[in-house]
Amino acid sequence: MSIETKDVEHVAKLARLNLTDEERDMFTEQLNAILQYAEKLNELDTEDVEPTTHVLRLSNVMREDIVQESLAQEKVFRNAPEEEDGQFKVPAVLE
Amino acid sequence: MTLFDLRLQDIHSQLRSKELSVIDLVNEAFAKIGERDERIGAYLTLNEDGARAEAARLDDKLARGEDLGLLFGLPIGVKDNMVTEGLLTTCASQFLSNYDPIYDGTVITKLKQADSVLVGKLNMDEFAMGGSNENSSFHPVRNPWDLNRVPGGSSGGSAAAVAAGEAYFALGSDTGGSIRQPASYCGVVGLKPTYGLVSRYGLVAFASSLDQIGPITKNVEDAAFLLQAIAGYDPKDSTSAQVEIPNYASALTGDIAGLRIAVPKEYLEGVDPQIKASVMEALRLLESLGAVWEEVSLPHTEYAVAAYYLLASSEASSNLSRFDGVRYGVRADHAGSLIDLYHESRSQGFGPEVKRRIMLGTYALSSGYYDAYYLKAQKVRTLIKQDFDQTFEKYDVIVGPTTPTTAFSLGSQVDDPLTMYLNDILTIPVSLAGVPALSIPCGFADGLPIGLQMIGKAFDESTILRLAHAFESNTDHHKRRPAL
Amino acid sequence: MSTSKYETVIGLEVHVELHTKSKIFCGCSTEFGAPPNSHTCPVCLGHPGVLPVLNRQAVDYAMKAAMALNCEIADVSKFDRKNYFYPDSPKAYQISQFDQPIGQNGYIDIEVDGKTKRIGITRLHLEEDAGKLTHIDGGYASLVDFNRVGTPLVEIVSEPEISSPEEARAYLEKLRAIMQYCDVSDVKMEEGSMRCDANISLRPVGQKELGTRAELKNMNSFRGVLRGLEYEQYRQAEILDEGGEVVQETRRWDEAQGKTFSMRGKEEAHDYRYFPDPDLVTLHIDQAWKDRIRASIPELPDARKARYTEQLGLPSYDAEVITSSKALADLFESSLEFTKDAKSVSNWIMGDLLGYLNSNSLELSDVKLTGQGLGEMIGLIEKGTISSKIAKTVFKEMLQSGKLPQQIVEEQGLVQISDEGAILAIVNEVIAENPASVEDYKAGKEKAIGFLVGQVMKRSKGKANPGLVNKLLVDVLKG
Repeated sequence: MSIETKDVEHVAKLARLNLTDEERDMFTEQLNAILQYAEKLNELDTEDVEPTTHVLRLSNVMREDIVQESLAQEKVFRNAPEEEDGQFKVPAVLE
Repeated sequence: MTLFDLRLQDIHSQLRSKELSVIDLVNEAFAKIGERDERIGAYLTLNEDGARAEAARLDDKLARGEDLGLLFGLPIGVKDNMVTEGLLTTCASQFLSNYDPIYDGTVITKLKQADSVLVGKLNMDEFAMGGSNENSSFHPVRNPWDLNRVPGGSSGGSAAAVAAGEAYFALGSDTGGSIRQPASYCGVVGLKPTYGLVSRYGLVAFASSLDQIGPITKNVEDAAFLLQAIAGYDPKDSTSAQVEIPNYASALTGDIAGLRIAVPKEYLEGVDPQIKASVMEALRLLESLGAVWEEVSLPHTEYAVAAYYLLASSEASSNLSRFDGVRYGVRADHAGSLIDLYHESRSQGFGPEVKRRIMLGTYALSSGYYDAYYLKAQKVRTLIKQDFDQTFEKYDVIVGPTTPTTAFSLGSQVDDPLTMYLNDILTIPVSLAGVPALSIPCGFADGLPIGLQMIGKAFDESTILRLAHAFESNTDHHKRRPAL
Repeated sequence: MSTSKYETVIGLEVHVELHTKSKIFCGCSTEFGAPPNSHTCPVCLGHPGVLPVLNRQAVDYAMKAAMALNCEIADVSKFDRKNYFYPDSPKAYQISQFDQPIGQNGYIDIEVDGKTKRIGITRLHLEEDAGKLTHIDGGYASLVDFNRVGTPLVEIVSEPEISSPEEARAYLEKLRAIMQYCDVSDVKMEEGSMRCDANISLRPVGQKELGTRAELKNMNSFRGVLRGLEYEQYRQAEILDEGGEVVQETRRWDEAQGKTFSMRGKEEAHDYRYFPDPDLVTLHIDQAWKDRIRASIPELPDARKARYTEQLGLPSYDAEVITSSKALADLFESSLEFTKDAKSVSNWIMGDLLGYLNSNSLELSDVKLTGQGLGEMIGLIEKGTISSKIAKTVFKEMLQSGKLPQQIVEEQGLVQISDEGAILAIVNEVIAENPASVEDYKAGKEKAIGFLVGQVMKRSKGKANPGLVNKLLVDVLKG
């Protein structure tokens, strides 16, 4: 599989990144090199191999339904780029 | 000989006998930072006022004769991807350059409970992505042994600070080798614990299924103490293991008679000859101390780097999506629409390596490619883990080099990500298997430290600490200090 | 244009908020209506370094809901990340379930036009809710409140087996009733604790393959779902009649305009990049766990309905209406502890109670009527203590004050007068005062007696036993 400029542009859009033309060309080349290297994995027959998501075989980790204290407003908005009326403000959702 | 060359117990006994006070230790840290860090670049944020206030509180506690915490009075540096309330946490990224955390990570709480003193936040590759520390958005870190060389990464600031005596010890984080590789390059001890031993709550996630916090110290004993302080089940981390935590220091008996060591032949292939010679010499020493070793094969080693970069980048692409400029971080100016806000904030906030991995991970997870890349890599991960499981049926420890080369020159690999990724070929398989490993100095090549990697069974940190301690007790490599 | 040429195919995706005390992955309160962002913490705000920890109650509720919908419960379930950027999603991914949902292959039975139909349920999965956006500055900016982020939700996906807007409404009402009976949610569409999206397509009668579907959003009430689907059915039929093609797209129901509008252009093709969430571990649901949850499921609406018709002899329609709401059914049953006349209880509920609630847009929980009150009131009618007419006054008073009928009757002196002497005295007064009507009656205008009865009732403040009044009037006039 080889990755083309338009694939890189599509992926950048999914990842919400703007790329300069230079970056786009560089990433196309580098991602191709990396993915070509990853082709190596196809040497292995993994038909009957289970995927590993967790190395630890943990299951059913849960907490009880107990309400904990929420944050003070000062902390909620300490890092907020823009706040209005106790809410986070963002520009129009229109795309 | 500086204050920080004293053993932890000696420092504590001098504190108790009033020959030393906590403020002396804190002053020592800031004196060294003032004298050296302009050249090294290990720190991003200093906690000078906070550390001095804490020192005063601890000296009071000492004067009142109260019980002292395990790490009482010891100045510690923490990698800047661990969240510290009220102290900037930037992950060495422009995006978080103004991030003033609203909570403490679990390890930070534990360090406070152990009475250590937080000196400052340490430089790193941006979001822990990289192996040279050249990916810091602020400034690179230089290797204390040769200022023209990299300290390794991503915990380069942590390793360099300890090597340069700018902290008594430090915490790093390891996803594919980010504690062990810089420890190796900087001639210090670095331990990546078993996945799940140390809470990840408050560690800014790179690859959640691999990330693990661990100690970087000048010697094995300190690593045992620091690990003791931070290990243990945390209800805030669902992937935290509920295991009994042994007393690590008491495992340092010096007795390694009969210990069975496996040496993977794949770990010696393509390795710098001086490193290989150094590892062989180390094995002979261990043999003379009563351990037995044999060459084995971990046949899937060569697939680890490819599997790792697909898995880690995929997880990272999702983990780093929250950096959108809505609730915190640096929001791009003049974004007229939400979509511009996202694109501009993220493009301006992230450096090239972070973008590259987000791109790779987004691609690997995207529709039509998931099975070929992500799922395939997860299956290969299973095979790699099985290599370790099978080896540990017959052996107690796996030993080999930590890295194929010693520290390389600044700027020499920045244009070639794949070559850079291959530097991690000996540490990545261990991360994928989730087992513990440490790097300990085992010699020098052309004045640069060489690291010996000791890999243990899951949750058997005690055995690799015991082996490393026995090795250290019979060698002098760890006593050498860079000329600064 | 006619819809009879076409067969409508509808599938519903319903989100139901589970009423746990705390959020699904952190300890913040799920309480509705708190000041913006006051129920938030580093975890639900998606700060760097935080981790989710699953609320056990949310899993229990999801299992309970899935079982009540006749789903098979997974032995192994897990959580996945659904990746998308939106300001109401703090992590830019939603923790959801992709390929191993809690429940699959369920069904519910609905009744439309007296016929029972089974609608398949494809799956039920557990996920976290998003925050709330408010558009301000004329649409140039939005404000985000993260209180709702992390409220546990179950998403319930039906098979495309619903054939009309009426069936869709019946499906939703039954689903709501089942969730109420299980006590896992408040299921209020108006407050957003139950939300519905629909896929709808038309195909010529007899055609096997499905037509092109539209996805409908923003139907915020039962009526909205009905009207939205009706409109969309009409719109698609018109396109097909004209030989056109329906576009596959998401459309927004506009309640005020009564139309659906394309959301094309605001939606890019989604690629959610689902993958297992490495911050959470697998759920292994063993038999003991399943048994424990199954044991907690109460009698569900269908079973109650059957009991009401078979054992209590209620008409099927009455039983359907009463069991459609757990609160109504509970009121009905609690009334029967105080009277044996089930049909009479049903009549009061179906008539006066629902009439009052509907005309005042109230919920049962807004009024103070108790089962004891309703049951005892029917007893008082049976004993002749009050008339049916007075009972209406008593009933209204019970709705408002919650007092028991005996107390209301005593306080307001509403006891029916059945004392012949007392009534006769009034009858004589009325006859004396209304000679004209008396003349009319005597002249054969039988209807005039109605006026005289009314006068007697009026003078007795409605308390005179009406049968007795009638009898005595006739006696005196003919006497």
